[in-house]
Amino acid sequence: MSNTLYNEIINEHNLRPYHKQAPAESDLKLEGVNPSCGDVITLYLKTDGDVITDGGYEGDGCAISQASADIMLDMIIGKSKDEALHLSDLFMRMIKEGISEEEKDELMEAGILESVSHMPARVKCAVLGWRTMREMLGA
Amino acid sequence: MRVLNDNVRKLFPLINGKDIAYLDNGATTQKPKSVLAAVDDYYKAHNANPLRGIYELSVEATDIYENARQAVADFIGAQSSDEIIFTRNTSESMNLVAYSYGRSRIKAGDEIIVSVAEHHSNILPWKMIAEEKGATLKFFDCGTDGKLEPDRLREIVSEKTAIIAITQVSNVIGRINDIKEMARIAHSVGAVIVADGAQSVAHIQVDVKELDVDFFAFSGHKMYAPMGIGVLYGKRKFLEEMPPFMYGGEMIESVTKDRTIYADIPHKFEAGTVNAGAAAGLKAAIDFIHEYGFEQIVARENALSAIAVEGMSEIPHVEIIGSQKACHHHGIVAFRVEGVHPHDVAQIFADEGVCVRAGHHCAEPLHRHLAELSGIKATPSTRLSIAMYNTEGEIKRFLEVLSEIRGRMGIK
Repeated sequence: MSNTLYNEIINEHNLRPYHKQAPAESDLKLEGVNPSCGDVITLYLKTDGDVITDGGYEGDGCAISQASADIMLDMIIGKSKDEALHLSDLFMRMIKEGISEEEKDELMEAGILESVSHMPARVKCAVLGWRTMREMLGA
Repeated sequence: MRVLNDNVRKLFPLINGKDIAYLDNGATTQKPKSVLAAVDDYYKAHNANPLRGIYELSVEATDIYENARQAVADFIGAQSSDEIIFTRNTSESMNLVAYSYGRSRIKAGDEIIVSVAEHHSNILPWKMIAEEKGATLKFFDCGTDGKLEPDRLREIVSEKTAIIAITQVSNVIGRINDIKEMARIAHSVGAVIVADGAQSVAHIQVDVKELDVDFFAFSGHKMYAPMGIGVLYGKRKFLEEMPPFMYGGEMIESVTKDRTIYADIPHKFEAGTVNAGAAAGLKAAIDFIHEYGFEQIVARENALSAIAVEGMSEIPHVEIIGSQKACHHHGIVAFRVEGVHPHDVAQIFADEGVCVRAGHHCAEPLHRHLAELSGIKATPSTRLSIAMYNTEGEIKRFLEVLSEIRGRMGIK
């Protein structure tokens, strides 16, 4: 049996996250909890008008929840809020119903979490960061 | 008596010849062919609503259901089958005691003692009753090795103690608790003792008269029987005085507009149509256990436990929760792998076809208490739990995957 979930990218983001600290300044802060297994993250974003200029997170949880949040921040920093919400739509759809190859390309590194869609127990871990970000941006 | 060896697996269709190591028996066990056949036979040849009809089929269904009750009584050494109430599972049995006995007996100012090692199903019903009645819920703590010392219980009981609820075998650390001594302590202050047998009945011989427990609860599905059938044993003198738990069909003697006379025990506590098919399966499961006998079952499970615990203690960065001695584990070993979250640990096992449980195993107070004692942060764990059909090969496979986990997570 093969191991598809813990590839280098996930392990790297879990062990050596780029964004796992509160940024020096932030104007948005929200805690996301996954009640079934106790994963917790606190997400911070700094925005300038419509643009997300910086971000970070603090948290405690499994590799999937933490790496997924780290990858998400990589992708949304420097993007507009609408672009970030569009990416989260894609991510949620990828996990829940599946998306096209072109759409998956848009998700870049986050696309590797596609295999989670077949693991009901891990879906909540993978979407925790994304769900928290959506709520934060009022979607 | 059948000889217990690896051949026993052939009797379990779900695992026979399959490439999985099923080591989550504390959650639920697989079912032998004889249990599946008993359920099948009930529905193919004897099904009717038990306890009601006049016709032959209903009589057969009633006999099967009541024979199962007698088998359970014999299995745990109850005085009579009237003291056996069928429920859905251990949680329902505990709720029955809490709602019926607890609600009618507990007063403001009383104390209910639960051990810190309890499963949530033996804490939450008591918390509910304590809050409702203005009673106090007290925790009976264990030491770092998970042992619940009767002396400690003796220190915290008082005349105010009304109920003591304790598990016979912990579902996290696998310790067997000295229920007999704790029952003596409970009775010395006029309290009743409620024991949780969910993790014990399939693995050690239980005799409720010998233990002198007032109530004893367990689930069929953790002892090779179907899901949806559980048991509450209660001493006759308590059951007779307790009010019903649920109201409905077949739990009454007669009903008029202004008066209801309840049925005698045990039917008073079995409102509505019962799960006779699962009861037939439970009887078959008891027969199955008897075919091998506890002497062989205990020897085999303890031998597997020892291989697991000794193997695990040799793997760096693996921490066993509770006692470090194999003889204290009775087939249940919870552990942590340093630097790897238990969900990831269980996922890697899953990818290799090894079924283990991750989380708090519905015993968060115990995880927090043990963490506090060791001065570490409370975190969930991963758990291996053994049944009579597990093999040395499965434990070795478990150990091999365990030794590779940190490497797979990219930890050098």
